[in-house]
Amino acid sequence: MDDMYREVILDHYKNPRNKGTLDPHDFSYEDENPLCGDKLRIDVRLDAEQRVKEVAFSGRGCAISQASASMLTEAILGKTIDEVKAMNKDDILDMLGIELGPVRLKCALLSLKVLKAGAYGLEGQHYHDED
Amino acid sequence: MATSDRTFSTAERRADFPILSRQVRPGVPLIYLDSAATSQKPQVVIEAMDRYYRLSNANVHRGIHALAEEATAMYESGREKVKQFLNAASVKEVIFTRNTTEAINLVAYSWGRANIRPGDVIVYTAMEHHSNLVPWQMLAAEKGARIVVIPITDAGELDLSTLDDILAQSPRLVCVSHASNVLGTINPVTEIAARAHEAGALVLVDGAQSVPHMPVDVQTLGADFLAFSGHKMCGPTGIGVLWGRQSLLEEMPPFMGGGDMIRRVYLTDFKPNDLPYKFEAGTPAIAEAVGLGAAVDYLTSLGMRAVQAHEHEIVAYALERLEEVPGVKVYGPPADRRGGVAAFSLENVHPHDVAQVLDRDGIAIRAGHHCAMPLHDRYNLPATSRASFYLYNVPEEVDRLIDGLYKVKKLFG
Repeated sequence: MDDMYREVILDHYKNPRNKGTLDPHDFSYEDENPLCGDKLRIDVRLDAEQRVKEVAFSGRGCAISQASASMLTEAILGKTIDEVKAMNKDDILDMLGIELGPVRLKCALLSLKVLKAGAYGLEGQHYHDED
Repeated sequence: MATSDRTFSTAERRADFPILSRQVRPGVPLIYLDSAATSQKPQVVIEAMDRYYRLSNANVHRGIHALAEEATAMYESGREKVKQFLNAASVKEVIFTRNTTEAINLVAYSWGRANIRPGDVIVYTAMEHHSNLVPWQMLAAEKGARIVVIPITDAGELDLSTLDDILAQSPRLVCVSHASNVLGTINPVTEIAARAHEAGALVLVDGAQSVPHMPVDVQTLGADFLAFSGHKMCGPTGIGVLWGRQSLLEEMPPFMGGGDMIRRVYLTDFKPNDLPYKFEAGTPAIAEAVGLGAAVDYLTSLGMRAVQAHEHEIVAYALERLEEVPGVKVYGPPADRRGGVAAFSLENVHPHDVAQVLDRDGIAIRAGHHCAMPLHDRYNLPATSRASFYLYNVPEEVDRLIDGLYKVKKLFG
């Protein structure tokens, strides 16, 4: 429990990596957490091999949602779209290194949900959140 | 430090609530500041429900065996207690629902569908809970009616300078919360109702945050409908009340069909039952009605004026202490015009994080939009933190909240 605000999370919250927007981008997606109304947007640029070359996130939210977005943007650099689509809840929880109850889990997973919805949308597919 | 309440002993009252003596985690006592979401339950309510299930459980209004008669008497006794609590003219005006939301939906579906025509105007305020917005939005969409909103001021009070213009549009219905669940604002319902009636409108009052906290007398309130929940007033979840004027309720068609709401059923037709059963289809929440009756007895024994005075003292102290904390902004009117609710923001810290860090010290507050997204939009806030108080809270708990907020500031500073 006390780990929830461990140093690495507070560091990503206070000094977010890849914060901002990318224009132009290969895909961009925005969604909100209906629980709290927090909004998150992720913009992605791909290289010639369809790997993530640049990524930026914007929006506002709690430390857990912002830190998970910041960490996620670092984690996906160089990944293919298929690798991004294959990411799941456990990847995020491993990254954060904390345990979360059902309510805060939604905060932690918002960035992945937005990213995957954008990645699926790139190929005209619709992403169904499994949670 | 504010002095403890003079009209009743809060220490004794706290002992009435078993949950208040639990530890959230080993060595961490519970500081419950989330009663606007749901109140805790006194032992007498828990025991009344337990006794009902142990000794008297049966279905109501059906059997003629001893238990069925006992259960029916206990269920109807809950209704009688609510009638007296509200000073209603008759038990026929007290309809048991699941909660405030269902009570408002009952009016929207029954009265609304029978009376609202294309182009009709429905009025509500910008500080309503979603439960007093969405049913009207659904009705307006279905009927082609128009919604007009009474705006609020920066200070968190209704802007009644707009009321004459709004009432000049001849609304059919004006919906207003008696007390805001976010800002704490106590609205001048009686004045609004008088003006609305002059304009020919009916008035629905959302009493979810007022009936548990202050004396509410339907003879002087001026409303035509009053909706509230049992679980915010020391009672169980799963039971709420719609009070309505008998003459209106008589004219309204049933809301849900099924058992108990009928007088006679034919193969292809039915005749509805009398009030209040016309609106209570199916087996009702019997144990919950018994529990609500016990909650009403408990509140009556304390006296609603004393409950209100105690909460006023606590919230005044909370506002004073919150304003001492650098970076804290409290929303809503001053203590003398609000109920026991204090919504606030802490600069540069998200409300989720405020609530999460406070939880470490066993302090339970609410973080989010409190089912009032349009209200938060009004102040351009995604969410707020909210501490809410009830008859069992003490000034020392406010002190713990303030200590906790300094810890939050240190962590995120």
